[in-house]
Amino acid sequence: MTSRETARSRSGPEDASHAPGYEVAGGYELHVNGTTRTVEEAWLGESLLYVLRERLGLSGAKNACEQGECGSCSVLLDDVVVCACCVLAVDAIGSHIETIEGLTRREAAADVQAALLSAGGVQCGFCTPGFVVAVYDLLRRRPDAGELEVREALSGNLCRCTGYGRILEAVRMVQEERSRVAL
Amino acid sequence: MSRSSAPVATRPAARTRPRAGIGADAARPDGVPKVRGEFAFSSDLWMDGMLWGRTLRSPHVSARIVAVDPSPALAIPGVRAVVTAADVPGRPTYGLEEPDQPVFASEVVRYHGEPIAAVAADHPETARAGVRAIEVVYEPLEPVVDAERALRAPPLHPDGNLFRHLVIRHGDLDATGDVVVEGTYEVGMQDQAFMGPESGLAVPADDGGVDLYVATQWLHVDRDQIAASLGLPAERVRLHLAGVGGAFGGREDVSLQIHLCLLALGTGRPVKMVYSRDESFFGHVHRHPAKMWFRHHATRGGDLVKVEARIVLDGGAYLSSSNAVISNAACFAPGPYKVPNALIDAYAVRTNNPPCGAMRGFGSVQVCYGHEAQMDKLAAALGMDPVELRLHNALERFDRLVTGQVLTGTVPVRECIRAAMAHPLPPAPSLLDPPMARPGGAGLSADHADVRRGVGIAVSLKNVGYSEGFDDYATARVRLEAGVGGEPVATVVAATAEVGQGFVTIAQQIVREELGVADVLLAPAGTTDIGSAGSSSASRQTWMSGGAIQLACVAIRRQLIARAAASWGCSHASVEWDAGEAVHEGTGERRGLAALLADGAVEAEHEHHHRPTVPLDADGQGDAHLSVMVAAHRAVVDVDPGLGLVKVVQVTTGQDVGHALNPTQVTGQIEGGIAQGVGLAVMEEIVLDEGRVKNPSFTDYLVPTTLDMPAVAATFVEEPEPDAPYGAKGVGEPPVISSGPAVLAAIRDATGLALTRAPVRPEDIALAGQST
Repeated sequence: MTSRETARSRSGPEDASHAPGYEVAGGYELHVNGTTRTVEEAWLGESLLYVLRERLGLSGAKNACEQGECGSCSVLLDDVVVCACCVLAVDAIGSHIETIEGLTRREAAADVQAALLSAGGVQCGFCTPGFVVAVYDLLRRRPDAGELEVREALSGNLCRCTGYGRILEAVRMVQEERSRVAL
Repeated sequence: MSRSSAPVATRPAARTRPRAGIGADAARPDGVPKVRGEFAFSSDLWMDGMLWGRTLRSPHVSARIVAVDPSPALAIPGVRAVVTAADVPGRPTYGLEEPDQPVFASEVVRYHGEPIAAVAADHPETARAGVRAIEVVYEPLEPVVDAERALRAPPLHPDGNLFRHLVIRHGDLDATGDVVVEGTYEVGMQDQAFMGPESGLAVPADDGGVDLYVATQWLHVDRDQIAASLGLPAERVRLHLAGVGGAFGGREDVSLQIHLCLLALGTGRPVKMVYSRDESFFGHVHRHPAKMWFRHHATRGGDLVKVEARIVLDGGAYLSSSNAVISNAACFAPGPYKVPNALIDAYAVRTNNPPCGAMRGFGSVQVCYGHEAQMDKLAAALGMDPVELRLHNALERFDRLVTGQVLTGTVPVRECIRAAMAHPLPPAPSLLDPPMARPGGAGLSADHADVRRGVGIAVSLKNVGYSEGFDDYATARVRLEAGVGGEPVATVVAATAEVGQGFVTIAQQIVREELGVADVLLAPAGTTDIGSAGSSSASRQTWMSGGAIQLACVAIRRQLIARAAASWGCSHASVEWDAGEAVHEGTGERRGLAALLADGAVEAEHEHHHRPTVPLDADGQGDAHLSVMVAAHRAVVDVDPGLGLVKVVQVTTGQDVGHALNPTQVTGQIEGGIAQGVGLAVMEEIVLDEGRVKNPSFTDYLVPTTLDMPAVAATFVEEPEPDAPYGAKGVGEPPVISSGPAVLAAIRDATGLALTRAPVRPEDIALAGQST
């Protein structure tokens, strides 16, 4: 029996998540935002981005280019920022995945989010979750990063609305506030 | 951020000033969900039993379609439907200005990527497999990809190859100047490259109609085009605005809307479609590439005598909004200068290139590269400073455009130039600069000794709103009622597309300002409950939808005054409105919103039309435009001429905004627009090879990143526009127009090269003068 026939035999007419064959028998588990989620009958070729968005209902990571150029789908994979579009979901088995939803829930980037709002760094907002993840990651690694280092660190996140001015301003605001609090 | 004029009003008493009203940096109502990743964009939609749609597109630039056989696709398990031209029950074509574009190509394909069929399947990969399985037999044809050639070639379409030929004849056409400069200029094809790809969800309805949740710029005109092709009455096609991930003109035309509705109606199931990035490059119109010739005449003293121009815009395979784009290009070809005599010969032409239409700046961008290069050339010929030449010829209020129209609104050209020039220049390039700050950036390729600094200026002019007699209007309804706990709550109903520009914030600020109510809700935008808002384009929504909301609020206030008058037994005339309360002029008695709303809600709807404009006559003359916006930009660049690498160091601007209703949002528009202007100047271009798109991805089509983006300093020039609500002009487009031409001028200054084409590519600098 080919995989395609397997897929056909399993799919009911109302099953919109029906995979095009080559799925993992019995599904697999992903550790996302501190909980274990089961992915059923998913095609092996699905990206982590697709699985997060379309199978697990976590649509905060965005789908702007799906080839790792724009950073809209940034998530943390074992604490490292990756483009979820360029990671196969099955390659993330056993890793800890944290998305914008997870960062938001544990208020890990609340000051970054607040600064983006007050500085005016949000317009259409499509790139925003990716920027929140990237800025969160940058400032915990390099809290005192200078402007050029900030620009380089964020150069993998494209924004078409803001010209980055208000986003960079938000980063400065967070740096200032954190160093003020630390004193 | 500085502002050139002092705040207009004196500081009002605390209670008379609603918090977050006009002029405040009010927060976006959609901001919190956006930073939390909870805002639902059109690609985030999901429904039980939903199918995935995908489009089959032509691999050929020009071909005859001999046969289309969908049966191999239908044989794939999980493929639920294939639709082709044969399945379009209504009008087989659509289009913004004229319906000349097929929903699906059936006999011929006229551009690379033209849709042939669409597939609905259980999984996006299955849909992709279905698309691949459809068998199409093409007979490739020789494409016509040069606009000049297309003017003489056999028709590529039953409507012919000339979209519009517009001639502007103004003043004495035989006039000549002591000093004459001429040049030819070229602008490449720019893409809007909004981040959120085209996407939507179509849901078949019990009445045989369809509900479409989609990211778009103009719901009602989408609706009308979809209904015509579905053969359904308009009221059975219900559009709902889904979260829009940027637009910039690229969502003004229909893309996947009709395909999605056909698939949903054909399968009886909800269908979602999300373009991949490469498909997005094929799925929407682009900025028109331009070829332009200019000849400027001036007196020895530097007075412009005459401007002659020939402008050819390549409209691609279908009309889209080419007729309006070429009109702007022609009308604003001389730029923001007094030009007593002009002969402008402008053509928009059909070719086999990808269709072009609306993009931010809309016709003014292309000609600005020409008129500003000419002003610099003229300054050099006259031995004059380029800034002085511009100031000397700057348009003023009550001057005429070359269309003969007297500019009755504000035209602060000199103020914008002076404001752009007033910002401090950045420090000169230094050996101590980090290498990444040099041309080549993270490539660390430029040596300090090779870096040349250049400075350039450019100034631009563009219309606000729709021109040439178009009945431009927007509709809004406001309802004011007592909410939970008796606190007044206002609800705004409008079909205005929020595309990121921040109209939702402005709408709330207007209602707070007019009614003194803190709580302002925005109903979801759609076609079911309100008339058209017009498009979120042409920098028009603050003026148009903002005006409609303001006037609806005024009508509500009138009703509240009537209620107060009735309760006091006095005439309406003796009741005033002050700080969200009705005041009895005689007794000084006050009645607040809570008391006035005790009798029930108050509601008013307003359809706001701007002052009528007229079509241009046979000589291109007439009062075709509502109002104009001015911007001036100064750019500073560092160039490594040997490597051809450019680093844009700084862009400063003075922008005519009328009145900044939300300064933070205005700043965001200015910085974002400058990013797109800089992009067109040095990196952004859809590369075509005989009509074939070579770079449909963010790997190959380069959008400016944080490292490409210069420092920006902006000054708002605030001279309130007499006709506009709160005196506010549009702010979205001017930043993208002259910022790029200023960068080109700066690169010319640094290199001494002519550089007549945008974008400037490394080889245009490094290989200049070498025969190729």
